[in-house]
Amino acid sequence: MKTKNKLALAPWVFTVGFFALWEILCHVLKISSFILPAPSTIMWAVWEYRSQLAYHAMHTLWMTLAGFGLAVGFGLLLGMVLGSSRLINAGTYPLLVGFNSIPKVAVVPILVFWFGVGWVPPVMTAFLISFFPIVVNVATGIATVEPEMEDVLRALGASKRDIVFKVGVPRAMPYFFGSLKVAITLAYVGSVIGEQNASNVGIGNLLTRASAAFEVPLVWAALVVLAVLGVIMYAITAYAERSMTGWAQRSQMAA
Amino acid sequence: MSVFVDIHDVTHVYARAEDGLPAVQNLNLKVNKGEFAAIVGPSGCGKSTLMKLATGLQFPVEGTVIVDGKQVGAPVKLAGMAFQNPTMLPWRTTLDNILLPLEIVEPHRSRLRRHKAEYVAKAESLLAQVGLKGQGHKFPWQLSGGMQQRASLCRALIHEPKLLMLDEPFGALDSFTREELWCVMRDLHAAQKVTIILVTHDLREAAFLADRIFCMSARPGRIVAEREVEFPRPRDLEITYTPEFSALVHELRGHIAQARQAA
Repeated sequence: MKTKNKLALAPWVFTVGFFALWEILCHVLKISSFILPAPSTIMWAVWEYRSQLAYHAMHTLWMTLAGFGLAVGFGLLLGMVLGSSRLINAGTYPLLVGFNSIPKVAVVPILVFWFGVGWVPPVMTAFLISFFPIVVNVATGIATVEPEMEDVLRALGASKRDIVFKVGVPRAMPYFFGSLKVAITLAYVGSVIGEQNASNVGIGNLLTRASAAFEVPLVWAALVVLAVLGVIMYAITAYAERSMTGWAQRSQMAA
Repeated sequence: MSVFVDIHDVTHVYARAEDGLPAVQNLNLKVNKGEFAAIVGPSGCGKSTLMKLATGLQFPVEGTVIVDGKQVGAPVKLAGMAFQNPTMLPWRTTLDNILLPLEIVEPHRSRLRRHKAEYVAKAESLLAQVGLKGQGHKFPWQLSGGMQQRASLCRALIHEPKLLMLDEPFGALDSFTREELWCVMRDLHAAQKVTIILVTHDLREAAFLADRIFCMSARPGRIVAEREVEFPRPRDLEITYTPEFSALVHELRGHIAQARQAA
């Protein structure tokens, strides 16, 4: 078989193998489904609760996408500002790093004080948790424009703005798309945390209720749904990255 | 002949220099309009500083820089530049890279969109002049180092600059490609009547291309010798094997050796 075909098959083989191994271990070691349900049990639960799961998953998906969208817009803007001004960069970096170090679970109560229980806290949590990698990557891409390129353009009378938009932003795009893959998974973490603490719908809320009622298979089913959604969103951002910045992926190693 | 670039008694210290030592000191240099000048010197002698001063990217702490009759107080906007590193933007095709200066500099900036075809034709003709006919649609990373450097020369010339600044443009190329590009440069200069300042380490390159050669001392840089080159134009690569040429290179080498010793 050709290497290319092997590479295309590999994810499927490994995924199926992982679940098969899990299934076998559960049966051979006779693990209680309260501790670790077998994949078959989980799939049954997914089927059984399908309408409930679909409803809550759609909510979580929307919360995640809204927060992620905010993070992309804000991250691009702030990244451009930080990348083009060394003064603002130096000035705000400690603040940003400090803010990013706060576990976002700890921020949810404040969001509830401000906005009450509802859709705002999950969206805000998803946004707050996922904008940082975007900012850092966009800023790095813009700040590392080759000095010679800058000289060529400045000698022609280019303004700072010209240089940022003609060279900095396109140059930052591979960094930006790279950070999106990190940000989308973080946004899921954020929206689920938000839903667990401050929402009446969503997978996060479902998880809280299911675990309070000891409905273990439902908890696992919800986790599987989250994982699948996460993989799909990741794949979409990775596809966008490939089609937007093909010029940056010409390394022999990436081929 | 009128003086195009006049650097008069210039001393420049970078604000970021840790030792506070000037990069160039009491630098005097005059290049006539349409002349091909070369600046040679030991490494770290402030040649790049000189380029930045002449294009208005840096302003001297002391002395004056006059380009095209005006004292330089802002980026000059009439210069094209090329460096040892071709610095092509990898997300643009070679043709779009060459058109980049037109998106910056007036009057082209406001004309570019409506007169695109005219500018593209001009870029294509420049590409043909440097031996890259029909290669404009390729991305720069699909071209060899020498081809990228040719494209970078086209980018430096597309807006018809009055002044062309070349900072060791052929430094990273193998000697055959380098000699080929000398001839390209010679022909471009003959065709465009642009004033050129070439900064180089290569004495043969300076002797073959230039009308006037300046030797710089080690840091703090200043001009230690100025030499007119009288070989008739158009020059053929064969002249580099004549005794007169060797004598000139030898003489330049002496100046550089002295400049290095003085440091």
